[in-house]
Amino acid sequence: MVFCSGLLLAGWATAAPQIETWQTANGAKVLYVEAPEIEMVDVRIVFDAGSARDGGKQGVTSFTNSLLSEGAGDWNAYQIAERIEGVGAQLETGSLRDMAWVSVRSLTESKALSTTLETLAAVVAEPRFADEDIERQRQSILAGLVQDEQSPGSLGKKRLYQLVFGDHPYAGDPGGSIESVKAITRKDIVATHKRLYVAKNAQVAIVGAVSRQQAESIADRVTSGLEPGQAVPKLPPVRPLQAAVDEQIPFPSTQSHLYIGQPGMRRGDPDYFTLYVGNHILGGSGLVSLLSHEVRQKRGLSYSVYSFFLPMRQIGLFQMGLQTKNDQAGEALQVVRETLKRFIREGPTEKELEAAKQNITGGFPLRIASNGKIVEYLAVIGFYDLPLDYLDSFTDKVTAVTREQVQDAFQRRIDPDRLVRVQVGRITPLAQVSKQSDADSSK
Amino acid sequence: MASERMPVIIEDAILQCHGSIYKERMYLMRRLITGLVLSALCVSYAQAGVVEQQLDNGMKVIVKQDRRAPIAVSQVWYKVGSSYEFGGITGVSHVLEHMMFKGTKNHPPGEFSRIIAANGGDENAFTGRDYTAYFQTMASDRLEVSFELEADRMRNLLLLPEEFAKEVEVVKEERRMRTEDKPQSLTYERFLAGAYESSPNRNPVIGWMADLDSMQVEDLQVWYRKWYAPNNATLVVVGDVEPDKVIALAQRHFGPLKPEQVARPKPRMEPAQRGTKRFTVKVPAKQPYMVLGYKTPVVGKADEAWEPYALEMLAYVLDGGSSARLSNNLIRGSKLAVAADASYSAFSRLPGMLVMDAVPAPDTTVDVVEKALLKEVERFKTELVSEDEMERVRNQIIAAKVYEKDSVFYQAMLLGQLETVGLDWRLADDYVDHLKAVTAEQIRQVAQKYLVEDNLSVAVLEPLPLGDSLVKPVGKGIAHAH
Repeated sequence: MVFCSGLLLAGWATAAPQIETWQTANGAKVLYVEAPEIEMVDVRIVFDAGSARDGGKQGVTSFTNSLLSEGAGDWNAYQIAERIEGVGAQLETGSLRDMAWVSVRSLTESKALSTTLETLAAVVAEPRFADEDIERQRQSILAGLVQDEQSPGSLGKKRLYQLVFGDHPYAGDPGGSIESVKAITRKDIVATHKRLYVAKNAQVAIVGAVSRQQAESIADRVTSGLEPGQAVPKLPPVRPLQAAVDEQIPFPSTQSHLYIGQPGMRRGDPDYFTLYVGNHILGGSGLVSLLSHEVRQKRGLSYSVYSFFLPMRQIGLFQMGLQTKNDQAGEALQVVRETLKRFIREGPTEKELEAAKQNITGGFPLRIASNGKIVEYLAVIGFYDLPLDYLDSFTDKVTAVTREQVQDAFQRRIDPDRLVRVQVGRITPLAQVSKQSDADSSK
Repeated sequence: MASERMPVIIEDAILQCHGSIYKERMYLMRRLITGLVLSALCVSYAQAGVVEQQLDNGMKVIVKQDRRAPIAVSQVWYKVGSSYEFGGITGVSHVLEHMMFKGTKNHPPGEFSRIIAANGGDENAFTGRDYTAYFQTMASDRLEVSFELEADRMRNLLLLPEEFAKEVEVVKEERRMRTEDKPQSLTYERFLAGAYESSPNRNPVIGWMADLDSMQVEDLQVWYRKWYAPNNATLVVVGDVEPDKVIALAQRHFGPLKPEQVARPKPRMEPAQRGTKRFTVKVPAKQPYMVLGYKTPVVGKADEAWEPYALEMLAYVLDGGSSARLSNNLIRGSKLAVAADASYSAFSRLPGMLVMDAVPAPDTTVDVVEKALLKEVERFKTELVSEDEMERVRNQIIAAKVYEKDSVFYQAMLLGQLETVGLDWRLADDYVDHLKAVTAEQIRQVAQKYLVEDNLSVAVLEPLPLGDSLVKPVGKGIAHAH
């Protein structure tokens, strides 16, 4: 450590990319950064159309999103793929709990770009939802859900969300369940698209070797087919957990997967930077985190051990997790719990806090070093209405966090006596974590 | 990628990585290879070319300037990996990679990572069949921090027994997570173990569990002494740097290190296969899966120099996107598969396979899917690939070459990989031209020559019930032939 201390924080004044913003004629918000160095452009259209908007038909939003590129406008799935790939472009669709998106990457050469944009416009606005495509896609989604059932990690993660979020729309898995996906009809899908894939529910992020004027025309073009529509209503708030929950799911695996969680924080949360920096120390910084030190470096219990906050529109998950051979599950859980409790009780040391700040602020240039990363930031900033100086002020906000603030925020926000704990694996008496829990965290 | 929503994991070339999951699909090389716009050794820094220099101790330094962002990636590549290993010590390269973070004479265990973190760095390491590599990405003015630490652990590693005892358990957990509890990965591992007779490609990068169980810190000491020397290493730097300054800095830190006598590994060439091989892998699972492969040559070891490039083109025609044949014919057309992939790597030290795998649709079987895959293979022998398909692949490769400029990491990865598998980083320059030169007739010829029944291996995952079954202990598999 000694030899680098003189260099700290010197010369790290990396300018954040300059973000420009405007609205399209039909009401979609646009965020744009000019990146002239490489003759390519990334365009990402984000909709408030994740599974929080399933509206009782679990999985319908991701089903809908996955069908967008399977037939739209004049083209079937093959023709869409052929148009995009024929000019060397890439198209991706995806959806999670808050967001659903369609993104493209294309060369800026005019034929490639115009073919790509024309296809993207049709994909978001005029999907066909042909019965044949729906049935094929249904089989693919169901196969994915079956695959999840043979994965202890997938089983555990899904259960964790259910137990943490209860009856909140965040509880369900974005992919839905086997039963729910079987029940979804074409009518459900068409209605979902009509309700959610509208301009006022959309943000467009553009990064690449295009001028502001070109970017305006790109944004208009890709959203031109969208109805103005309405922004979706606010999601209900996430309620705090009333009590600890322990659940064991027997599974014939060599490892037990442990998932521990609680409602964490939302995007734009007043405690955002404090919790972010604190979690970096606890379990967010890979090999140098406290959890990694205790579980992996000191005891060799797990290859991967982590904690994170997933900030969302409403309060998202705070999660910790690891995998370890079955008969060590109890010991590993004990170590995680003790580490968390100590962190909440004592907060980080000054040295730990300083190291975390050095890592986060020193690593800032890495976060914005590629167009691919910048376009993802733009999508998040646009979708969550974060201030446009989010990236500019990022390192200052991190630097301003104090030890006391971290301790205070963790004490207010994380209750170690009200955690959900899910264990998937071979539940032997030795490995049964609930039996090893002390009174304060059992049911 | 024929299976955007449900990726089928192909672990042949998986990189076992020190800290986080880093998965290299077999065809990653095809995408990686497209990052460069360079010609031969170029001393004109203004053109952002590549500069190469060999230090007196034999260490090769390759520098590429990329001024787009004020960062640089530094990678040290050693010519050692699982294909250098032999029976009883499989996985030793990867365990050694883990131990490289566990202390030297000058830095106690864990300090390496703490220093890199305090400098805002991202760091990690990965082990493949032909290489073990270590990297840091940091603000470009921090390059010396990397060099000082990497030079130190190249020659001064401690390999403390108490650290080894813990870390080998971490690696076993990694193996359980990546392979033991993943039905498709386990099937793929047994497929490789059965398909190859003598090639070290039959061994998993992470090693067999029994070998990890019996591994001693002395095994690592031998391995470290044998391979970790400047004359067996390549340093690659890509980023906002001045190449001459990087070379001077490398000279200062790595130049004083003593070279070793490094013996080349035995060739261990795979004997010609004599007939189709078939394996069944029974695993608690809910979903069937199958994988097949044909033995194929690699660049530098083919009868004709163009053959590996023709095989690359063939793999693209099968699986170069959603418009390619596997998606269009098996997933959409006949709807026999819900996922299907093809992969081939032209750039390896030893010959490998052209591999295809698939998850059958719910109302069909692995046998039916296998027949459909084989039919796609036969079609290459009887029917020339259309000019439309060839053109689409060429356009994708040309565009991908532009897109790769968005990542300094991949640019460095490509240079290091080509150099370390015993080829030449300049091949990257010619890659697009080599592929563009491939004709439809050449694709037919490689299909007729290599994609033949006697060269074929097939493995099928047979799901056992999940509920009451116990996972079989490692050691029952077909792979334990040593």
